[in-house]
Amino acid sequence: MKVLVAVKRVVDFNVKIRVRSDGSGVDTAGVKMSMNPFDEIAVEEAVRLKETGYVSEIFAVSIGPAQCKDTLRTALAMGADQGIHIETDEDLEPLAIAKILHNMAEKEDPDMFFLGKQAIDDDANQTAQMLAALLNWGQGTFASNIDFVEGGAQVVREIDGGLETIQLNLPCVISTDLRLNEPRYASLPNIMKAKKKPIETIALDDLGLDTAPRLNVLTVEEPVQRKAGQILTSVQDLAEKIKEAV
Amino acid sequence: MRTLVLAEHNNLELNPQTLNTVTCAKALGSVDILVAGQNCGDVATACAEIEGIDTVLIADDENLAHALAEALATLLISLAENYDAILTPATSVGKNVMPRVAAVLDVQQISDICEVVNKDTFKRPIYAGNAIQTVQSRDAKKIITVRTTTFEPASPTGGSAVLQNIDMVGSPQLSAYVSSELSASDRPDLASSSVIVSGGRGLGSVENFALLETLADILGGAIGASRAAVDAGFATNDHQIGQTGKVVAPDLYIAVGISGAIQHLAGMKDSRTIIAINSDPDAPIFKIADYGLVADLFDVLPELAQALKQ
Repeated sequence: MKVLVAVKRVVDFNVKIRVRSDGSGVDTAGVKMSMNPFDEIAVEEAVRLKETGYVSEIFAVSIGPAQCKDTLRTALAMGADQGIHIETDEDLEPLAIAKILHNMAEKEDPDMFFLGKQAIDDDANQTAQMLAALLNWGQGTFASNIDFVEGGAQVVREIDGGLETIQLNLPCVISTDLRLNEPRYASLPNIMKAKKKPIETIALDDLGLDTAPRLNVLTVEEPVQRKAGQILTSVQDLAEKIKEAV
Repeated sequence: MRTLVLAEHNNLELNPQTLNTVTCAKALGSVDILVAGQNCGDVATACAEIEGIDTVLIADDENLAHALAEALATLLISLAENYDAILTPATSVGKNVMPRVAAVLDVQQISDICEVVNKDTFKRPIYAGNAIQTVQSRDAKKIITVRTTTFEPASPTGGSAVLQNIDMVGSPQLSAYVSSELSASDRPDLASSSVIVSGGRGLGSVENFALLETLADILGGAIGASRAAVDAGFATNDHQIGQTGKVVAPDLYIAVGISGAIQHLAGMKDSRTIIAINSDPDAPIFKIADYGLVADLFDVLPELAQALKQ
């Protein structure tokens, strides 16, 4: 079984972002960048499935500027076999990303496509579902467990009320949630080995897709900040404040 | 503009977040509601009573019983030509189905909007709420999920919408419902409760996490959790509040043993009053709390319960 995994390069989750004072966006110059944490979980799941024999081949795909190769190297060091870099300096929206991944799926013919459930920069939570729609495949979003059964994959999903299990025909798209697994750190030998693994680079323009933005970002502002309040000294005071608030 | 709101429900009862979504939709134009499910007539009746709704569409079909994304999207797409905007609350159902609809319609969805600026311009949080983006959509049709905590609920009574049955068109048969494990609780729903008592890693164990129940009982509140507490197995996933969990804004939020990672703050910082109890005086939660107590929570909780009972 062949799996494609999409990996996004984002501002590292530990970085406190800074909104530019002119409202034009978030400052990313000189900021530490990493693989989107949910995508790490997607890569980890594919690698575990390869280790248990369900998966034979893992391709990691990343879309963006030249530095996305670093993100792909991370995926390769974790255990992916090959990288595909769709190179562009444009800021792409989820619909455009889904179209590109759809194009990759048609070329590579995978049995499953794994994506993180949401990127921690735009918090859109769309790409996996959009990709599944364009492919007309089933989708297992917010996955916290994946089992293979006769006729497809059973996916446990984290939903608002608890957990839901669905069965999907293959091929399908899976979006990975926090508790699916704990991603590994790549070992030094694997980081070295990853340098020799192939990464194919494709210019976005060569795909001939309509990836023009549909949303015009007018401004990006700081949210209203809460001020630190008062530190109380006794439980009695705390109880009074609680009584006032309810 | 004509808008369609997808009602969130469990075939028996309407999820109140639908009411907040209706308020958002009214800012755009006239509102119809779609109730898709199986044996969901009571939900449709409830929707018809919501103030200011024109028509309630009812699609009652076995393929819609569990809100599977593939079937629900097929239905929504079949209705899309009649509407300028389709909205759902940003719940696990809404997040699951709407991008599927948007992609087929070749529309860039606008997720989790917290303000309607005008008919094509919206505000939405990015970077775990650490920035607010204002976006103008160039798409003719708008596909929107709504951050319900920032919109008042529409009145559930006083309306007299027309009920209209519609047919499910085809069924994709790409997925099937197997089972669910839903947390049974007599407590108020986390998303709509006016008081939330929330626990973090500081609780230390499942048994200790249960200490929050006394406090929640006294206050008639819901129980929430940080990601750390859920990852550690102290609480189930449906309790998680934060960037990737639930977003809440109760009148009172009591954070117990929660340090306050930005990912957690993203889900609760719009609460009216925030109270934090933590033994670490440098915990980031104190930077946004209205009132804080630096103390061992195991000393505080019993004493606080006693004080509140008086």
